[in-house]
Amino acid sequence: MTLLEGLTPAAPTGLFPLAWLLIAVPLVSAAILLLAGKAANSWGHYLGTLAPIVSFVVALALFADLLGRPEAQHAVSVPLYTWIATGSWSIGVGLLIDPLSILFALLITGVGSLIHVYSIGYMAHDPGRRRFFAYLNFFIAAMLTLVLADNYAVLFVGWEGVGLASYLLISFWQHKPTAATAGKKAFVVNRVGDLGLTMAIFTMLAMFGSSSFEAVNAGASKMSPAWVTLLGMLLLVGACGKSAQVPLQSWLLDAMEGPTPVSALIHAATMVTAGVYLVIRSHAIYAQTSAAALAVAIVGTVTLLAGAWIGTSKDDIKKVLAGSTMSQIGYMMLAAGIGPIAYPFAIFHLLTHGFFKANMFLGAGSVMHGMNDDVNMRHYGGLAKVMKITYYTFLMGYLAIIGTPFFSGFYSKDSIIEAAWEKQPVLGALALIAAGITAFYMTRLMFMTFWSSKRWAEGVHPHESPAVMWVPLVLLAIPSVIAGMVMNAWIAGWLAPAVGGEVPANPSWLPHLSLIGVVTLVVVIAGVGVAYLIFGRTSIPESVPFTRNVFTIIGRHDLYGDAFNEAVFMKPGEALTRGVVAVDSGVVDGAVRGSGALALGLGGGLRKLQNGYVRSYGLTMIVGVIVVALALIIGRLV
Amino acid sequence: MNPNFYVVLAAILFAVGIVGFLIRKNALVVFMSVELMLNASNLLLVTFSRVYGTLDGQAASFFVMVVAAAEVVVGLSIIVMIYRARQSANVDNENLLRY
Repeated sequence: MTLLEGLTPAAPTGLFPLAWLLIAVPLVSAAILLLAGKAANSWGHYLGTLAPIVSFVVALALFADLLGRPEAQHAVSVPLYTWIATGSWSIGVGLLIDPLSILFALLITGVGSLIHVYSIGYMAHDPGRRRFFAYLNFFIAAMLTLVLADNYAVLFVGWEGVGLASYLLISFWQHKPTAATAGKKAFVVNRVGDLGLTMAIFTMLAMFGSSSFEAVNAGASKMSPAWVTLLGMLLLVGACGKSAQVPLQSWLLDAMEGPTPVSALIHAATMVTAGVYLVIRSHAIYAQTSAAALAVAIVGTVTLLAGAWIGTSKDDIKKVLAGSTMSQIGYMMLAAGIGPIAYPFAIFHLLTHGFFKANMFLGAGSVMHGMNDDVNMRHYGGLAKVMKITYYTFLMGYLAIIGTPFFSGFYSKDSIIEAAWEKQPVLGALALIAAGITAFYMTRLMFMTFWSSKRWAEGVHPHESPAVMWVPLVLLAIPSVIAGMVMNAWIAGWLAPAVGGEVPANPSWLPHLSLIGVVTLVVVIAGVGVAYLIFGRTSIPESVPFTRNVFTIIGRHDLYGDAFNEAVFMKPGEALTRGVVAVDSGVVDGAVRGSGALALGLGGGLRKLQNGYVRSYGLTMIVGVIVVALALIIGRLV
Repeated sequence: MNPNFYVVLAAILFAVGIVGFLIRKNALVVFMSVELMLNASNLLLVTFSRVYGTLDGQAASFFVMVVAAAEVVVGLSIIVMIYRARQSANVDNENLLRY
């Protein structure tokens, strides 16, 4: 493998010294919202919405500036201040704005702004709306820190920040025990991943004396194969935790307990893609170790199948979308594991997925809004007629995710399948099958929610959501349709210098026609057709039908991920805890209490000697003298 | 000269002193028993001084006598004070220092 030269960051000029505003604006807004208390209740959500919009404008200005520069200056480093300077280590806080991070910044602030606007309507009647916007703003700031950092240590600060925001927002309705538990679960599972990332950062500090991307990229090629593979694996563990990849996937489905805008922003469009960002950002390391890169690709493939499987058998609309999110991130990880040729496709799919999945999650939120917060799709049906705007925007997302030609998902997903097919035929074939499953479960969702006959409960009157909610839907539906066409010709060339990808020979907005593309299309049509045969022709039962189908039963139980964790980690952990407690109370406490009791008993026995009779003292003395005398005499004789 | 008789006499005196010290209750008698033991040791010192023909043992016995005299002064006055306070010189009653 060749190590592709990265960009040498240029000094900040023009607008770039102000890049810290991107992070500072939402952070300050979050602080104001949290500190102002009830006084901010009436205007807090407007401030909270304004903050990401300001960041978005700043990001747009920086992006325009970058676009106008020659390619060699597409990366700009903005050092801010020295954070830790100790011994030979000096960790600075700085921003790196390059083709990769600016795309993320645009996605986070752009989709984030729309979701903030949507939340004004969605959370209108919630007493905690101000707190909600504060957390959302904090999330935006942390996520921007994550993607704009110029070294792994600062990246980790953002990484933990988004984890905290995710925890706070999943358990936002903390009066619900399920939400509180789900938040804790997400937090705990993420700690496992964080352990991998922290160990990777320590390894970098030990190996290179620095955690900056520049130093790591430069030093990766000089590492021994064992160390570089270890580093790649540790980073993969970190990515698995944050991106809900198998085996650390179990938290994402429970994370749907949070308010729907949170699911859209954090658990679909942005935060869960941080793992993909981490792998792509560490491309220099994965270029040195085919083993770790293959592990990334395998993890991605397993997850994309597992997520799709879960998606096929859930009745909760948000959980279907969550399974689908896992699956789509699996595609991105697969692309990230294939190698430089597929890096741009991973980011491409990440962006298009950010649009269409946020669109669909917000659409699901709109449906729930009209259905009295019911999430069970078996109580939906026939909503296409009463919620027209939600229906048509959701339809755009649906067509995009299954890969309808000329929709955004078609370009990005097909590129990944094609690249996988060329480099790793087995994984490519599995990704191809998953594309069919994706079409199946999304079509099932459409039938159960929008198309089939009404199954509404008594007293439910579905209605279209207010404009503050459907305008963001429309604004997200547009890129869901056109983002693929717009970016297809451009993105590989744009990202190539930053991620070491290859520039395609003759970029075009037209889809690249290949045999595997046609096969994918056939598989997708087959998936849609099967879903039509099962769900389109007969009415859908209102209660969960009994089934002997092993696949369905396993899928309904999330592939027994929780049962596995319980049996393998929780039960032995509990047994270990009980053992430790027994050892503590038996051995340790026993030794402590025993020594005390021994001293007490000894003292109690010894004080009996002090009986106050002079003669007994005298006798003791005489016996002592005799013993000493005998000892002396015997010593003399021997 | 044969020291056997003197040594046996000293041992008898010492044993009498010990037994008196251990079994008598009157503080004055106990005190006298202690004096008896001191005299037994004095007798031995003088005896072996004669056996070896040196004066070391005799000089040592003078020291013992002087110390014993001083001790008697202190001891007797304590016994007298106890008797005054408690109308008794029984050593078994003086057990305030027990546990």
